[in-house]
Amino acid sequence: MSTPTDKVDFSISAEASLTSRKDASLASLMWKHPSVFWGGLLLVIMVLIAVFGPMLASDPVAIHPIVRLKVPSAEFWFGTDYLGRNVLSRVIYGARVSLVVGLAVAIVAVVFGLMIGLVSGYMRWLDAIIMRVMDGLMAIPGILLAIALISLSGATLFTVIIAIVIPEIPRVVRLVRAVVLTVREEPYVEAAIAAGTRTHLILLRHILPNTIAPLIVQATYICGSAMLTESILGFLGAGIPPEIPSWGNIMSEGRTYFQLSPWIIFFPGIALALTVLAVNTVGDGLRDTLDPRIARKM
Amino acid sequence: MVFYILKRILATIPVMGVVALFVFLMLRLSPGDPAAVIAGDYATAEDIIRIRENLGLNDPIVVQFTKWIGQLIRGDLGISIFTNLPVSTLIAQRLEPTIMLSLTTIIFTIVVAIPLGTLAAWKQGSLIDRAVMLFSVAGFSIPVFVLGYILIYIVSIQLRWLPVQGYKSMFTDGVIPFFRHIILPTVTLSVIFIALIARMTRASVMEVLQEDYVRTARAKGQSEFKVLMKHAVRNAAVPIVTVIGLGIALLIGGVVVTESVYNIPGLGRLVLDAVLKRDYPIIQGLILLFSFVYILINLLIDLSYTLFDPRIKY
Repeated sequence: MSTPTDKVDFSISAEASLTSRKDASLASLMWKHPSVFWGGLLLVIMVLIAVFGPMLASDPVAIHPIVRLKVPSAEFWFGTDYLGRNVLSRVIYGARVSLVVGLAVAIVAVVFGLMIGLVSGYMRWLDAIIMRVMDGLMAIPGILLAIALISLSGATLFTVIIAIVIPEIPRVVRLVRAVVLTVREEPYVEAAIAAGTRTHLILLRHILPNTIAPLIVQATYICGSAMLTESILGFLGAGIPPEIPSWGNIMSEGRTYFQLSPWIIFFPGIALALTVLAVNTVGDGLRDTLDPRIARKM
Repeated sequence: MVFYILKRILATIPVMGVVALFVFLMLRLSPGDPAAVIAGDYATAEDIIRIRENLGLNDPIVVQFTKWIGQLIRGDLGISIFTNLPVSTLIAQRLEPTIMLSLTTIIFTIVVAIPLGTLAAWKQGSLIDRAVMLFSVAGFSIPVFVLGYILIYIVSIQLRWLPVQGYKSMFTDGVIPFFRHIILPTVTLSVIFIALIARMTRASVMEVLQEDYVRTARAKGQSEFKVLMKHAVRNAAVPIVTVIGLGIALLIGGVVVTESVYNIPGLGRLVLDAVLKRDYPIIQGLILLFSFVYILINLLIDLSYTLFDPRIKY
């Protein structure tokens, strides 16, 4: 009679204990690395600004020549630019561009890097060729490669993302390949091979899960560096089309007026630095929890 | 030893080949007619024909590639579309500022980062250690050009200590003007590099400090300074030097941005002007040059390991 209730009770308590253990590890992470807490909080705020900010902000492209190059004040918190556009609204919209580029680059680079890395680490005959190609790609300075790709294919959000992804792929490939090479020597993989498991199943079931933790950490770093690269491209005038208010573009337009109106560069610059700092700190925290072996070293 | 050096030099050939192939295909595989893309929106039909001839786009692709590689091996990087001058001449004109800025940056970085990292490892968990770690995280987060503008604003505009922008040659304009102009760009470019190398130095010195021979050195009463210098840093040198080599990639990207911020007429400016004018032979030549330098420096670093660690024998 009481068995079903017992079962229910049991499952609930098991679930409860599982979540409480998760909480404990999260809490201890926060406790051990207070910077992770602040980084995470900052990141959450930035994401909220990017998602909901544009609903509250005024039009970032509206031109008001009467109030051009105004100092930050109660009316214009971040001042205005040379066309009288509200820098605060532009910075808020810029958060969207930056985070979208960072996230997209991280996901695309990890997906492609993972596939190439799995193949390279597992199929030895392809390995030498793939790794030479990756070495070559790594030798090309990433920013120059991105500038060249964008100037040839035309600047759109899509081409900018692809141009930032390509130089990031070799790093992911190397990481995945290193994991595969270690894992494939493990007894359980040998057992799976001996049992006649097909290659794609071995890759999927036994090798892929081992790459997830280091890849998550790597993805956060890629996200941070992609946001920096995007802003550099915009700043150099080789990035996303100038009519889109990305942080790099705002700062690029502020260059001419820098001596008189430095806030046009400073506010987006601070927003960018804080966001990248937040992403990198979260990355450090993830590395410390997910991969204690590396954490002890760094 | 000689055999190993030869092997390492030969191993760079396929990597350079991949770089060359990639740079070559980038133009040919781009959507649309590359000659029309380069010529821009206001080009006449003759412009496009001239560019096609200049780039040899009328030949079959394999012929194009072999011709191009042959030229590269002879040191011929092609002719600039806009100025009609050889790319190698244009590069030679702009070489000095870039080399000078890179040198001052590498020297400044090493002088600052290695002592900082060592100190942080020695006093692990102390205030200095925390400060170094904070700096290394922050250094990776702040964009080079924002840092550049902050420095210009504070040091040049508010305090008026140093000139705002520009470059003066050490050889024609004198040593003092050279340093007055190069200080801010050097500091700007160094920050991310210092962050990287201080972090790596800290990690590898920390590992060495746990070794038995360090304990022995301390036990026999050697001063802490000698323990750090003779034992810890020397043994930590190989990973540090390796990271300096890999960091050259960061440096090259940073040079382009820093030259743009400080208006320095170097290779970074050359490449940006070339992008604006779609002068593809220049872009191609500079990507090849920078990649070649990166590969060469990392080859030299690989071969220098025996200097730092006599245990490494080839």
